[in-house]
Amino acid sequence: MTSVKAYRRKLDLKSGRVDLSHGAGGRAMSQLIAEIFHAALDNEWLRQGNDQSIFDAPKGRMAMTTDAFVVSPLFFPGGDIGSLAVHGAINDVAMSGARPLYLSASFIIEEGFALADLARIAESMGAASRAAGVPVITGDTKVVERGKADGVFISTAAVGVAPEGLELSGDRARPGDLVLLSGSIGDHGVAIMSKRENLEFECEILSDSAPLHGLVAEMVAAAASSLRLMRDPTRGGLAATLNEIAQQSGVGFRIDETAIPVKPEVAAACELLGLDPLNVANEGKLVAVVAPEAAQALLDAMRAHPLGRDAAIIGATVADDRRFVQMRSSFGGSRIVDWLAGEQLPRIC
Amino acid sequence: MKYVDEFRDGELARGMARRLAKIVRPDRDYRFMEFCGGHTHAISRYGLEDLLPTNVRMIHGPGCPVCVLPIGRIDAAIELARKPEIILCTYADLMRVPASGGDSLLKAKAAGADIRMVYSTLDALRIAETEPQRQVVFFAIGFETTTPPTALAIRLAARKQLSNFSVFCNHVLTPAAMRAILTSKDDRVELDGFVGPSHVSAVIGVTPYRFVATEFEKPLVVTGFEPLDVMQAIVMLTTQVNEGRCEIENQYGRAVSPQGNLKAQAEIADIFDLRESFEWRGLGEVPASALRLRETYAQFDAERRFAVETPVARDNPACECGAILRGAKRPHDCKLFGTVCTPETPIGSCMVSSEGACAAQWTYRRFDEPTREERMAS
Ligand code: SF4
Repeated sequence: MTSVKAYRRKLDLKSGRVDLSHGAGGRAMSQLIAEIFHAALDNEWLRQGNDQSIFDAPKGRMAMTTDAFVVSPLFFPGGDIGSLAVHGAINDVAMSGARPLYLSASFIIEEGFALADLARIAESMGAASRAAGVPVITGDTKVVERGKADGVFISTAAVGVAPEGLELSGDRARPGDLVLLSGSIGDHGVAIMSKRENLEFECEILSDSAPLHGLVAEMVAAAASSLRLMRDPTRGGLAATLNEIAQQSGVGFRIDETAIPVKPEVAAACELLGLDPLNVANEGKLVAVVAPEAAQALLDAMRAHPLGRDAAIIGATVADDRRFVQMRSSFGGSRIVDWLAGEQLPRIC
Repeated sequence: MKYVDEFRDGELARGMARRLAKIVRPDRDYRFMEFCGGHTHAISRYGLEDLLPTNVRMIHGPGCPVCVLPIGRIDAAIELARKPEIILCTYADLMRVPASGGDSLLKAKAAGADIRMVYSTLDALRIAETEPQRQVVFFAIGFETTTPPTALAIRLAARKQLSNFSVFCNHVLTPAAMRAILTSKDDRVELDGFVGPSHVSAVIGVTPYRFVATEFEKPLVVTGFEPLDVMQAIVMLTTQVNEGRCEIENQYGRAVSPQGNLKAQAEIADIFDLRESFEWRGLGEVPASALRLRETYAQFDAERRFAVETPVARDNPACECGAILRGAKRPHDCKLFGTVCTPETPIGSCMVSSEGACAAQWTYRRFDEPTREERMAS
């Protein structure tokens, strides 16, 4: 009696490493996909084992996004590249007010990457997508030679369906609108930096990586017609997001430093590194520009949701041809809040 | 964290502003130079100018190590980095500083030079240990604050007998620069006092500034970098001016002692000696204003090991950094400000350095030149 098992030894998930054969399209690749990705992400679509998935599309307008994740380190306090890739794509769809339905995931893996780490990332991805109720229904795997990638890169896409009549867009902010922020800023960036090689510092801050579609649904239910736009302030932080909206809508912003929630540990870490929390990345926060009359109702709806507990009104849109984002400092003086020039770099003295 | 919050209390700041408004004499102007770019940024970032009476004016000084480095020294560093055997280690601040012909360390790195951004001198030392077949050159730059870590790296390299580690030394001295400003022949600015950097004094103490009071009859207050520190220093300087005093005062008693850090001073003196003269951007050749490695440590001196020559290179003639560094002009006075010259397309280092005056103006105060009264009224 021979069984399948006699011909195929299980992957060595303890000390095995990804090699070029795992991306070559042969048996090794099929095994890697079955034992790591399908095991972790299991659902009815993946189980069919096709190169694509057929799914039912609800009537209405669809939203779609794609996002690539090249984070270093891969594992950080509060998350890892797997859960981040799930949350990032979900949030980009959610910011249109749409309900995310399905995800795809594509992996670029560097030769030599530990199978155990890959399994850990896939499991975290599975857990994140199950918790969010958005399955990964198709995927792709490539292996590149050592030195041609940094461990693992993941690219995810998400599709969703947008509610009838809801039009959220970056060019819809009007003077007099109010700006809502769902919680404290800078947590993700500081969590990542605290673990960067050469920078490591003691810090209790966890990344805020989280799927925001639940919070968005509450906001849409509370006052859909008063929402102008939403955006998640990821890379470039709150500063970049507000500047983007200012450019798109042709308006300025006046925000108030004392109204913006920043955790004391985040402020301290930024101080140490010479960074401004306004420029630091977030992965579980959203900014909404809303008509003033509904601001309080929306704020209440946000605060009732666990991911919006610390939501705040942080400022307003103003008419300004120069499209400046200005902030009143805690001292009462004014300053510009600018995009970051180049990379975020710690200072020298 | 509490520690920082105490120095950022808006209520306290407004209280100080009211006090300042009460003590300034309406019949005169007060022009104070904040020597250090760190203060410039604190002032811009917190909008402190909005809290000052209109006849109290802050003038930006030269205290930014990246801004005062002449272009030729960056050219020389790029030249070094292009040698195949060399790994050039540098603080990230320097990467985007314009060199001759539109070049920069960042561009040289993209073109294949082995340039590594490090966070400390010890990172550079570690690279030298792990890559013994390569020559590691540390691009050392900064005022008295960053000199002790460079000294430490040289001391360790000597102890470990590392033959592949050297330092391209560009350390400069604060008091010498202050003297150069006070004696500048070009376009000397009228000043009523200085805000002195506390981190420099943490190393050298306050005594080296005595000449500012005795020879030039200007008050100086050594000050921390929190916005409240700066406000308090301005109140102290104004008080001195009103009382006709000119003394060296220490606002930052919580960390600076009059004699400074004697151990660090001894370490610096052991490893470095004075250059007869050094070129500063904006100030020209300034005698006894910079350090180089002593003969005893010559083997760790990249300039000697690789026979570095500093090419004579000119700044873009339209760039006003020089006058800005002397306090004679403001960033807005430069025709290129915000048009040709932005942080993404810098013409001068003042626009890219994290302590540069043009960068501070651009990043935090890029209003379309409204008067301060207009801003206060809005
Ligand atoms: S704006 Fe640019 S060109 Fe003008 S002085 Fe500043 S750095 Fe130089």
